[in-house]
Amino acid sequence: MPGDETAEQLLPLLVIIPIFAAAVLIAVGQRLPGRLVGAVTLIVVGLVGVGDTAALIITWHRRIVSWLGGWRPGRGGSGVGIAFQADQLSAGLILLAAGLMIVALAFSWHYFQTPGSHFHALMLFFLAGMTGFALAGDIFTMFVFFELMGVAAYALTGLKVEDPSAVQGAINFGIVNSVAAYLSLIGIGMVYARTGELNLAELSRSLAGDHSPFVVIAFVLLCIGFLVKAAVVPFHFWLDDAHAVAPTPVCVLFSGVMVELGLYGVLRVYQVSFADTAVADGIGRLLLVLGIATAAVGAVMCLLQRHLKRLLAYSTIAHMGMFLVALSTGDPESLAGIMLFVLGHAAVKGALFLCAGILLDRFGSIDEFTLWGAGRRLRGWDGIGVRSIFGLAALGLAGLPPFAAGLGKSLAETAMSEAGAGWGPAFMIIVSALTGGAVLRVWLRVVVGAGSEPEGIEAEGMSGDEEQMEVDVGEDIPNRMIISAGVLVAIGCGLGLVPSISAGVTAAAARFLDTHGYVAAVLHGRIGYPRAAAPAPPGWDLHGLLLSGLTMAAACAVAALAVLRPRLPGGQRPSRVVRTPVRLLRRMHSGRVGDYVVWLLIGVGVTAAMLAPG
Amino acid sequence: MSRRVRMILLVVGLLGAVTVLAVGVSGLPAFGGHHHPYRDLAVAASLRHATANVVSAVNFDQRALDTFGEETILVASVAGVAALLRPVRRERRRRRPDVPVMDSTRLLTAVFFPVTLLIGIDVMAHGAITPGGGFQGGVVLATGIHLLYVGGRYRLLERMRPLPLFEITEAAGLVIFIAIGAAGLAVAGHVFTNILPQGQLGRLISSGTVVLLSGAVGMAVVSSVVILLAGFLDQALALEEVPDTDQDSDGAEEAAR
Amino acid sequence: MTAVLGYYPYAVAGAIVLLGLVGIAISRDLVHAVVCLSVCQSGTYVFLLAVGFQYGGVAPIFGSTVHRGTPVVDPVVQALSLTDIVVSAAVTSMLLALVIQIAKRRGTVDPDELRSLKG
Repeated sequence: MPGDETAEQLLPLLVIIPIFAAAVLIAVGQRLPGRLVGAVTLIVVGLVGVGDTAALIITWHRRIVSWLGGWRPGRGGSGVGIAFQADQLSAGLILLAAGLMIVALAFSWHYFQTPGSHFHALMLFFLAGMTGFALAGDIFTMFVFFELMGVAAYALTGLKVEDPSAVQGAINFGIVNSVAAYLSLIGIGMVYARTGELNLAELSRSLAGDHSPFVVIAFVLLCIGFLVKAAVVPFHFWLDDAHAVAPTPVCVLFSGVMVELGLYGVLRVYQVSFADTAVADGIGRLLLVLGIATAAVGAVMCLLQRHLKRLLAYSTIAHMGMFLVALSTGDPESLAGIMLFVLGHAAVKGALFLCAGILLDRFGSIDEFTLWGAGRRLRGWDGIGVRSIFGLAALGLAGLPPFAAGLGKSLAETAMSEAGAGWGPAFMIIVSALTGGAVLRVWLRVVVGAGSEPEGIEAEGMSGDEEQMEVDVGEDIPNRMIISAGVLVAIGCGLGLVPSISAGVTAAAARFLDTHGYVAAVLHGRIGYPRAAAPAPPGWDLHGLLLSGLTMAAACAVAALAVLRPRLPGGQRPSRVVRTPVRLLRRMHSGRVGDYVVWLLIGVGVTAAMLAPG
Repeated sequence: MSRRVRMILLVVGLLGAVTVLAVGVSGLPAFGGHHHPYRDLAVAASLRHATANVVSAVNFDQRALDTFGEETILVASVAGVAALLRPVRRERRRRRPDVPVMDSTRLLTAVFFPVTLLIGIDVMAHGAITPGGGFQGGVVLATGIHLLYVGGRYRLLERMRPLPLFEITEAAGLVIFIAIGAAGLAVAGHVFTNILPQGQLGRLISSGTVVLLSGAVGMAVVSSVVILLAGFLDQALALEEVPDTDQDSDGAEEAAR
Repeated sequence: MTAVLGYYPYAVAGAIVLLGLVGIAISRDLVHAVVCLSVCQSGTYVFLLAVGFQYGGVAPIFGSTVHRGTPVVDPVVQALSLTDIVVSAAVTSMLLALVIQIAKRRGTVDPDELRSLKG
């Protein structure tokens, strides 16, 4: 059919176009006016977004497989070329990346026009890295684009060079992620030595039926980079440092899509290449244990924060834990629920970060206690906008219907209870309530001014008073900032209402888990999907509404309890049983890169031990 | 964590990591074996495209996307370093006197400067037929230019490397790479296809687009390394902080009241 | 004995990587930490090149002396190592730029003395 080939031929352009634009900006960007540079960047990202949408529409019906340079595999099924593969899930992820970047660029329209900051070029490189990583069908290509994502991210994190903690956060981020990438490279080398292949589909055939411990070790080392990127405990320490200091639009991208790409990397490599090996015996156990630990650490640390961006970062970590726990069952329904949860989470978390950025620019601080009651000082439409967007996004994060985050959560909970993990819904409700409650507590304190001056255990921790304003907005907050946050909240709400989205993620999950289909498409060109009975698109049902309502109530209770605790009898000083482990947990997050590398080494051993057969 | 706790945990972590690596390594084929299937495929494909240096064929012909990504990483890191080392409000440039250097060093650098530049260009141009290529030749060229700094002639070095020009050539290296890839898309339907006639094995003009891509990469690498070194040398030699005299005098006035 | 020799280069590579990691973990100077990161990556080059070696193989440059049938070492891992080296240079330069800025803002490059990101 004419036009079939066009998608294959144009797929790599989604990576090449942002790099081309970034190169041009590096060469001539210093001489052009700032608005032109911003406009060009927005247009290029918009173009990539249109391409991603086209890819998503095409992948609804078939995969897109593109062999770069025309190096198709020969008759034996082995080749020398690099393949790009797009199915619904990867097309959805790259569209998410482009969409979040458009909102971030709109928010930061006048940011960083200081000469020499190369902000827009770095954002374009970041987008290219994320797109290439999601599309790559070859483990070394995944490594290369992973490093491209990383290099752009380190520079973007440390961009506020006048702020000492910004450069410290960036260096912690850089060293830990680089160590992880080099360990991944050893894993790649091991896999290559054993099989002589680097392509995921070819590896699927070579490693099939291999039940030796070697394959487990190779998988662990290969995925260390992705696990660190996904901020899984004990590899998560860099995330809170990086989020605390990175510019606000960059934080939106980190929490919304970069961390989720790490999880995608693990899942893709496992599902295509290692699903038929000894790894399959232990992967459920691994995801479950790591997920519970990640969610617990994230939720507890989230409640202990007074620095808003760090609080949101720990909330992201807690959500990653929930994703891992839900995915440990391995069935398509929970994957579909998690995909929807990721989309909804990206929208509301992005909106929350943008609100935090607005507060930072308006009041010069991002500390929950300093900003106590500050929301009441916002006047007019600006004030109404910020207060309502912040509140809606906080409720959406806690699972308010019809937000997509809530729908995805209830789908995942249903899938988990059907798969036999009856405690799953309870776990997810508790974690969502704790993190949602923390954000609602912030809303109550900052926007409403409820409760009294906080003290005691909560007053420790990193203060948000030293953050520098990113843009001096004065009394009048620019409309584009509020509108971008509002657009994200609206999208987060709308995604949960459109039935074709939930139908789409269900189909996408089933197709992602179809290893045979992937291999046949990449190696033999059979790119159509197998015919399957289209199930009824899952939506909000009574069960889901009840669970979401329960989560919301729990979150509000947590927030109210936190705000009113000093007034309660016996609530003044928490008992020693609570204080000591909390202090210990806090001391572990020390901001020192030496500690982080030690935890990374321990994590390698622990991960391997959990995957070990028997 | 105190240092003692960190040491203990480090030992624990190392034990785990050593076990992991040992188990992994024991599953590898023994060192120096014969079985390298990807090598056989790569050699065959390289000879089909008349490229004598198989490493260059793998880099620029078969796995050109990885090389493109790597070149992009280099350009992105240069942009990142430029952004991170940008002068902030309280810094200004100043002229430092040239550091005195021994006469023998000056003589040696004066002799080796043109030789190194020639070697660099040679390595870059013959990337398809001898060991070398764009990356290697580019690095030799860039460090050759900095022999001037070693020889104590920093101001001459500054004149020889106009930074705006190098920023343009760096971006141009990446753009030319993209252009050749796009030409492959237009002509043969796949990006990075080797569309030029490949000629005969072992001649200077052979292997099609490998030589052109190698040259583009070389251009980008020379410019990138020069810009990176310029940024760091500036930090060390040329930028200094302006002392905050206004604040001090205000403080003294306050104290005096 | 030959069994041990068969894995010796991989052991060396692993030792270099772990030495680099130990260096970062106990470092008192960020420049030292970044250089240890470089050392850690050198271990990966040794590993990759060891994977590709063949006894009796020559360099994979074909011409008058090396014909089609001559055994050559694996060129693919050499290409991967080349990519790895460039990535390492890029990341190292970025991290060193960050170290310079830390030195300027804080006056110290001791990672244990940097206290602003606690809790």
